[in-house]
Amino acid sequence: MSSPAGMLTGDRVYRIHWMPGTDTLRGTCHCGAERLAEDPVELWEWLLAHPQGHQDVAVPPPDPPRRLVMRA
Amino acid sequence: MAFARNQWYVAAYGSEVGRDLLARTVLGEPLVLYRTGAGEAVALADRCVHRRFPLSESRLDGDTIVCGYHGFTYDQTGACVFVPGQQRIPRTARVTSFPVVEQDSFIWVWIGDRDRADPAAIPRAPWLVDPRYAVVRGMAPLNARYGLLVDNLLDLSHETYLHGGYIGTPEVANTPITTEVDEDRGIVYVSRHMDDAQCPPFYARSTGIQGRITRWQDIEYHPPCLYLLHSRIAPQGVYPPAEGEDREAFHAEIVYAITPSTEHTTYDFWAVARDFAIDDESVSEYLHHSNHTVVMQDVTALNILEQVIATEPDRYQELSINIDTGGLAARRLLARMVGSGTVGAAR
Repeated sequence: MSSPAGMLTGDRVYRIHWMPGTDTLRGTCHCGAERLAEDPVELWEWLLAHPQGHQDVAVPPPDPPRRLVMRA
Repeated sequence: MAFARNQWYVAAYGSEVGRDLLARTVLGEPLVLYRTGAGEAVALADRCVHRRFPLSESRLDGDTIVCGYHGFTYDQTGACVFVPGQQRIPRTARVTSFPVVEQDSFIWVWIGDRDRADPAAIPRAPWLVDPRYAVVRGMAPLNARYGLLVDNLLDLSHETYLHGGYIGTPEVANTPITTEVDEDRGIVYVSRHMDDAQCPPFYARSTGIQGRITRWQDIEYHPPCLYLLHSRIAPQGVYPPAEGEDREAFHAEIVYAITPSTEHTTYDFWAVARDFAIDDESVSEYLHHSNHTVVMQDVTALNILEQVIATEPDRYQELSINIDTGGLAARRLLARMVGSGTVGAAR
């Protein structure tokens, strides 16, 4: 299935993609920092803490997909 | 629950406001709404300054309201222009008038600080008055706090379970979402793009599509009041062209206005605007009936939920999962608007 690209184009857009085929969320800050998580509460807290903790943009490796979402 | 007062809210459809007096309560403020002879919509406090009699239970005389109890008479600015039995009109004889804007078929009112009311800040729903669209609409009073309706609409995975047989299919709950927040504009956007999905009856019967579909749901929430669901339905595998109009698809613009009435009651204004079969009255009747049924399924569920929340112990800890990403974002923006929330993720 397609994963929609971002629709909002402002200067301060926070974005969370739920990565297809996984339970993983990828948060992207307007500053470019990214983080993977499986808890949306934790991920929003990290995003909204900008710029705290956003200087290190290293992304930890994702967990392997744990389930297939649905048939295509 | 506190309200975001310095915001615009929908109090009524324009079609509801005429030469009869209409009572609505917005953010706990009782209002009386009517239209002047020149066609201008008016919203005044719905309590006579004398003995509190509801002006909505009174009568219009030209563009003035004559209180049905003792005859105090108010003009469209809320100024008292007549009191019974004496010449002097007390200086404080005035009811509050509220800023009103009629736009996109809605009557928007501003309950907060009058000098902060900017009509340009009202979000738009242009499809509701666009002749290229056919519109069905309604309003359902909800015996539940408005936040429950916001949660409900920001997470459409509930369609699969609460609205199966109408708009829900398995793919809605099973398809990952993308959530965005524009921090400066205060908008939440939630996209759910289903490449290969069952066609629910709501769309099968209205579009005539047989077989599977590509179904996109793009939510655009302008807190606190206006919720837009851009719904794109097409035969499976049909996508918008790189340029030009998206003629192969069916589009429905599903609009909700979520207006807190009191702390525990809400007006649920709903409308479905479509760009297909716009002259087919049977499609309009079907979509009106179906969407009304769906709305009432939500009303029933949320009324139950309100009772549960009202009687639960403090500090009940909810669990949020991936499907709640958009709802969490909406809660945070609402908390910020209310002013009681600190910047941070709402739980």
